[in-house]
Order: sequence, then C-alpha cells, then structure tokens
Amino acid sequence: MNPYLVPGLAVVLLVTAAIGAYGLRFARTTSDFLVASRSVSPSWNAAAISGEYLSAASFLGVAGLVLRYGVEVLWYPVGFAAGYLALLLFVAAPLRRSGAFTLPDFCEVRLRSTRLRRLATAFVLFIGSLYLLPQLQGAGLTFATVTGGSYAWGALLIGVVVTGNVAFGGMRAITFVQAFQYWLKLTALAVPIVFLILQWQSDGRPAVTPPAGAVFPTATSVVIERDAVLDGIGPVAAGETVRFAAGDPVPRVSTVDARFGADWLQAGGESGLFGTYSLILATFLGTMGLPHVLVRFYTNPDGASARRTTLVVLAMVGLFYLLPTLYGVLGRIYTPQLLMTGRTDAVVLLLPEAALGGGHLGRLLGALVTAGALAAFLSTSSGLLTSVAGVIFTDVLRSGRSGSVRDFRLATVLAAAVPIAMAMFVSDMDVSRVVGLAFAVAASSFCPLLVLGIWWRGLTDAGATAGILAGGGSAVLAVLVTVLGADLPSGLAGFVVQPAAWTVPLAFLVMVVVSLLTSRRVPADVGATMLRLHAPESLRS
Amino acid sequence: MADEPPPPRTRVVLGDAAARRRPADPARTDLTEQTPVGEALVKGLVRAQLALALRLSLVVAAGLGALPLLFAVAPAVGHARVFGMNLPWLLLGVLSFPFLVLVGAAYVHWAERNEQDFTAVIRRPER
Repeated sequence: MNPYLVPGLAVVLLVTAAIGAYGLRFARTTSDFLVASRSVSPSWNAAAISGEYLSAASFLGVAGLVLRYGVEVLWYPVGFAAGYLALLLFVAAPLRRSGAFTLPDFCEVRLRSTRLRRLATAFVLFIGSLYLLPQLQGAGLTFATVTGGSYAWGALLIGVVVTGNVAFGGMRAITFVQAFQYWLKLTALAVPIVFLILQWQSDGRPAVTPPAGAVFPTATSVVIERDAVLDGIGPVAAGETVRFAAGDPVPRVSTVDARFGADWLQAGGESGLFGTYSLILATFLGTMGLPHVLVRFYTNPDGASARRTTLVVLAMVGLFYLLPTLYGVLGRIYTPQLLMTGRTDAVVLLLPEAALGGGHLGRLLGALVTAGALAAFLSTSSGLLTSVAGVIFTDVLRSGRSGSVRDFRLATVLAAAVPIAMAMFVSDMDVSRVVGLAFAVAASSFCPLLVLGIWWRGLTDAGATAGILAGGGSAVLAVLVTVLGADLPSGLAGFVVQPAAWTVPLAFLVMVVVSLLTSRRVPADVGATMLRLHAPESLRS
Repeated sequence: MADEPPPPRTRVVLGDAAARRRPADPARTDLTEQTPVGEALVKGLVRAQLALALRLSLVVAAGLGALPLLFAVAPAVGHARVFGMNLPWLLLGVLSFPFLVLVGAAYVHWAERNEQDFTAVIRRPER
C-alpha cells in the first residue's frame, strides 16, 4: 500500500476539524446545524457552494466516463456547470427573496398548500437518497482501490462516519469547511495533472487513440471480474488472471460496455440524439432542484448577492471541470486495463502511480488525489445528509422550533439508512450515471415548480401537484426500473435510461394545463408574493 | 464592504420562513395597494427579467444545444481538428465553460440594471 496515503488522509481530516473548530467561534447557535449564518461574503459562500456541489461523481465519475465512452459524455461536466447558469437566470435572486430555504418551504410561501408541501417533501427525500447513493458507491470504490479491502465495507465506513459527523454537529462550521474542501479538490486534481502532462511529453507524446487500438504501456496482469470472451484470446472465467506484455493490444471484453477503438474520439455514439438531449435537459435543469444546493442560497444577504454568488460558483465549477476530462484522456494511455475490468471510476486514483511509476512522486500525487476524493465524499454527503435530515426533522417528525437536537439526530440516521442499504446492492453502476438519474428526477419535478412558480402568476396548487406527479412520478418510475435492472425491449430502453427529454416537457405541460383549468385556485395574495420575489430589497425598507 | 460593520447575525429556524409575514412598510403598501399602477409596474419588471432570462437561454440553446444536432447532421464538423484536438473535444471540454460564465456575467449586469430602472420609477413620483 502507498505509504503516503494514511498521513495524507489524516492531514485532510485534521485540517477539516481544525477549520471547523476555528469556525465554531463564529457559529454557536443551533441554527448553524441547518444553515450557515447569513454574514458570509459572496466569495466564501461561492467556494462553499462549489465545495459542496463537486461530489464523488464529479471528482471520480466524470473522468471514468470519459475514459470509457469518450467525447459524448463530456455533456455531463458541461451540464453540471450549466445547471448553475439555469439557476442564475431563473431562480437565484427570486428564491432568495422569497425567504424560503427548502423546496417544501417554497411551496408554502408561493402556493399556500400543505398538501403540496408534503408531496415536495417526498420528492426531496427521494432525490436526496438517490444522490447520496453514488457518493457512497464512490467511497466504497475508493476504499477497495487503495486498500484492497471490500467495496461494501468502504461504503459502510464512509456512511457511518458521515452520519456520525452530521448527527453530532460536525457541520456547524460548514461554510469554512466546505470552502476549504473546494480548494483542496481543485488542488488535488490540478497539481498531479501538471506532472502527468510533463510525463506524457517526455514519453514522446503517445497517441491517445493509436490506429491499431489501445495498447498496454507496461507489462500488466488483469484479473477478470466476470466470465467473458476476450477478443483474440477466447473465453475466460471470473477470477482468472490474464497477463499482457508492454505493447500488447488491449482486447475487447464482451461483458464490459466501453468504446475500445478510435470511435471513442468521435461524437455521435450509440446512445444517439435522444439520449444526449435527455442528458442535457436533466443536467441543465436538474441542478436547481437538488436539496443541498437550494439551502445554501439562504446564506446570501439579498437577491442581488445571490446572483453574484451564483456567477462565482459557475466560474469555480467550470474551472474544476476542465481537469477530470484530462484524467480520462490520459487514462486511455496509461491505465487501459480499467477498460477490461470495467472499474473506470478508479482512473483518477490510479493514474498518478500508473504514469509516474511507483517512486516517491507517483505515490505522493496518488495520496493527494485520494485525499481529494475523500474531501469529495465528505463534503457532498455531509451537505446532502444535513439538508435531507433537516427536511425529515421539520416535515416528517414535525419538530419545528421546539424540536430537540435528539430529534435531529434521529432524522439524520433515518435519512442515511436507506442510501447506505442501497449502496450495498448497486456496486456496478457508473457513479455519474446514478447522479444523472437524480438530476432527471429533480429536473422533471422541482424545475417546473420553481420556474412557473417564480415567473407565472397563473400557477395553482392543483396544477403544481399534478405536474410533479406526472413528470416527477414518471421519472421516479424510470429510475426505479433502471436501478433494479429490469429487462426492457430495446425500443423502450432509451426512453427509460435517460427519461428527462420526455418527463420534463410532460411536467411543464401538465402543470400549465391543470393550472389553467383550476384558475379559481390561484392564491389571492399572488400579487404581493410576486412583488416580494422580484422587487429589489432596497424598496422594502 | 470592508469599512461597513458586518450585518447582525440572524437566527434561522427551518420552517419559520413559511410562517413569517413581513410587517407592512410604506413602499411595499404603496405598491400592493395602488392596485392598477403598482400591479402594472411589478408585471413590467417581471416581464423584463423573464424576457432577459429567456433571451440568454436562447443564446445558450443556440450555442451549446445545437452542437449534438450539428455533429449528427454534419459528421465532418465532428472530425475537424483544431490545435491538434478534435473540434468536439475543444468545444465541449474547454470552450463551453468560459462561454457559460460570459452569459452569466451578461445576465447579472442586465438584471441589475432592470432592477435599478424599476427602483428609479417607483421612487420618482414621491421624492
């Protein structure tokens, strides 16, 4: 095992704890459990939002997808960043001015409906759990990759650590800790990539897609995980070890879905236009519906600063997403064996040692990226768990103001139990794909609710309920079918695996039509609400 | 910002936001109770902000959203090479991010101007 690993991880945990303790001097009230206080500057706030947003899916999953599928999955990082633009254009300032800080809150402020609030609560819980799942998957994968231990133990370990951390108040100094995590994650990818590119230069700039197909850079032995047929080698059984010399071509493995040849470089793959546009809609419009993203907007003092914060987040997130693509591309050259095992999500963790050798530099940088991955799980899953537990606390346990800290801890354990249990069973799905599903549900339920609620007076509670049930409900069904792995006729599969291209328009359509049919239910105070959402705060005092 | 004292800390309790009603203040009452004029002004602001947001989303839809279609209809574009990179990689992997930030910066600039115009119109008749 890498000797720098344990010290590296220990430093991350200690610095996180130290910043947390430092931040505690500013954060003493119980409200800091749920949301940082409002005296935070836009740049700190933006770094904190970015730190919380850049999850294991971004840190590990994007590079893994690029390694596996090539150019067409670049829509994932573009969409993850563009989601903040949609948030900025349609939601940021009015949402801050509404004074709501969770989606159920917004339902009540805008439409005065308790029934809708309960429906929104159910969706927040579903999306939150679905988004926690890939974080735990990533943790399990990292644990298995760097220590050689089992995937399930890694997922369980991180799950328990994060639950304990949130339940016992480790998130109180959340803003400072999350801001630190952003810079840590950026450094953990940016520093190694400099050395990796220099190494690539000194290796004589090997082609990413050699005409004859990918080749092994060094002698490699690959353990096959499932019975499969290897091109040019024949059938192999699970657990068998296949050895390759340096320069041998990488054989295609029948059980692993990946692009092995030069088509990796070209746009227009098998998922086709429908899948691509579905992905674009889900990621562009889904960000605004993620529970842990909205909570953070409340920490801005007013609508105008919410806008400026979002712009800084967009820039910070965009800067980060330049890096994982490079890891995926270099992984094509230095870690092609991942294409055979299907564990492509591990490329970021393995690349430094694979490219720079097992010397001190390679190991040091390997420990650095692992520390960044740890920061990615800790920050996103803690933020998510805090916001999901907050919703359980107020809307399910009905604790409200009188609720005790013990109730909040109970809520945390409840919120964590389901995703941890699910992570045990779905180890072999791509981390980023699961995240994409969470985005699809958010885009087809909360995006129409927020956009129409903020910009259209005619929205009614009945319309919003029907739209969320129709669009969000069908997205949830599609996700369940995908995660449970049911067999579908091939014509239908594309519509279920990437549902957003039909569920989002469906949600908008149903919401508008039902609202028009029930126009008598438009809240009487809609004029005052609109004023509050859109008028600058300077007019209020 | 540096010379102002930090704003006082606010206690934030989940679930409060929905229940809280703001006390009536003069500018707000003017706007809400001057029915036809106030309503029209707010509607105008909402419409201006929405039109701005929609126009900029059209820019993004045309700039980024048209790319998959372009690569499908004209595969030659997808095979073109610029600076030693395939064009789709350059566009998506690198250039899309500064493009999004630019659109966002333009939005913040114009949205704040719309709000200043609105504030100026509201304040003018009285003061």
